[in-house]
Amino acid sequence: MPGVTLLLDAQAISRALSRMASEIIERSQGTDGLLLVGIQRRGVELADRLAALIEQDQGVTLPRGKLDITLYRDDLQTVGPSPVVAETRLPDDLDGRTVVIVDDVLYTGRTVRAALDEFADFGRPRRILLCVLVDRGGRELPIQADIVGLTVRTGPNDRVDVRVRELDGRDAVELVSER
Amino acid sequence: MTAPSLGKDLLGLQSLSATQIQHILDTAEPFKAVSERRIKKVPALRGKTIVNLFFEPSTRTRISFEFAEKRLSADTVNVASIGSSVSKGENLVDTARNLEAMRIDMVVIRHGSSGAAQFLGERIRSNVVNAGDGKHEHPTQALLDMLTLRDHFGRLEGLKVALCGDILHSRVARSNIWGLTKLGVEVAVCGPASLMPLGVRDLGVTVLPRIEDAIAWADALNILRLQLERMESGYIPSVREYNRVFGVTAERLARAPKDLLILHPGPMNRGVEIDSDVADGPHSVILPQVTNGIAVRMAVLYLLVGEARDWAGAASAEGMEDSE
Repeated sequence: MPGVTLLLDAQAISRALSRMASEIIERSQGTDGLLLVGIQRRGVELADRLAALIEQDQGVTLPRGKLDITLYRDDLQTVGPSPVVAETRLPDDLDGRTVVIVDDVLYTGRTVRAALDEFADFGRPRRILLCVLVDRGGRELPIQADIVGLTVRTGPNDRVDVRVRELDGRDAVELVSER
Repeated sequence: MTAPSLGKDLLGLQSLSATQIQHILDTAEPFKAVSERRIKKVPALRGKTIVNLFFEPSTRTRISFEFAEKRLSADTVNVASIGSSVSKGENLVDTARNLEAMRIDMVVIRHGSSGAAQFLGERIRSNVVNAGDGKHEHPTQALLDMLTLRDHFGRLEGLKVALCGDILHSRVARSNIWGLTKLGVEVAVCGPASLMPLGVRDLGVTVLPRIEDAIAWADALNILRLQLERMESGYIPSVREYNRVFGVTAERLARAPKDLLILHPGPMNRGVEIDSDVADGPHSVILPQVTNGIAVRMAVLYLLVGEARDWAGAASAEGMEDSE
């Protein structure tokens, strides 16, 4: 029987996102050339919310992007049936921008590795930052997040589920562990 | 997300379900964007080797497959029947087995005999993609036609599409009929009685004997190429006669109750089945078809490569290496 622990409820997610939005502005030293890119799927919704918070706070309009890393996965030759590919949409002028990659959960780091490779095919950002709602440890590559909502220790059999109201009807972060 | 499996080979649309066809078309969407990038390449098929085995002349389809393969980072080799051991009388299976012994992963085959792709697919481990077999099927052409229709109308279900011309010899027509009817498109065929296959109505299509009827009925015309060698075989009296009776001209289209989308799989005989002012007109999507061809083929190759692993394991267990 899997046990479900609530890590963040809707309010806690909202507070975490507000803090993360401020940190993004701080780390990128303003909003000039700032581009938030969500990783499909739930990173896209989170990037959208962070961008909205920054826009509200700074009175600016921010460009958004979405990135699907499926075609850049390092396990594509071994995963079995080809996974569904979602849309990638980035502005044409990536060169010189500060790009913030937004994802829901950081785990092995392989998704971020794929994302970095994909960015290199689109252009040469001045700087890339990594922003995740949950860092659950367990890295298999030398990758770390710059901005984190919640850090939590998990085991290899655990799962961290991020629910967003746009897709799941509610906001929650849950730790699902096999007992 | 679980996606419907396609099986090891893409042989035709007759054997696919509506869900599978839909999945190929949906997968083509993100691949369209890859060709618009500055670096038109993704690493999905890195390390895969694909042989394009063309026993019939082809420019468009072969180049389109080759671009699709290269934009997925696969390594490709083109084998044409002329100038290879094929012209020395080697049979299809021997050719393919020799290629397979060089550790290839996929074969894209065009062949003059109906059923050649399936014949090959049953005998080699590599994925096989049918790029046109005799009068049987040309599935990627039909898929790109469907993608182009869907782009324009935003849907397929309920559309009326007329396939015009030489239905009898056309694998494009057959694949289109299978694919379109499965996705809820109403299909009509229009052409000279001598180029209409017997029992075509059994495929669930309407036969319209006059091009004027097709133009009055349809939302889109898919105008098939008239193969000029058909004239020599006596199927039609003359090219001029064909144009006079069945040619899609601006004058004929002007009498239609609405604007018709114009598709043509190419290469065109301007002034025969289609007039230049129609081919180059505002409702022609002949060039978007070509662009979509690459996206559809990328989708097919990407989806099939995901099927290879299980199948390779099963095949070796069954001792597929032994000759039958």
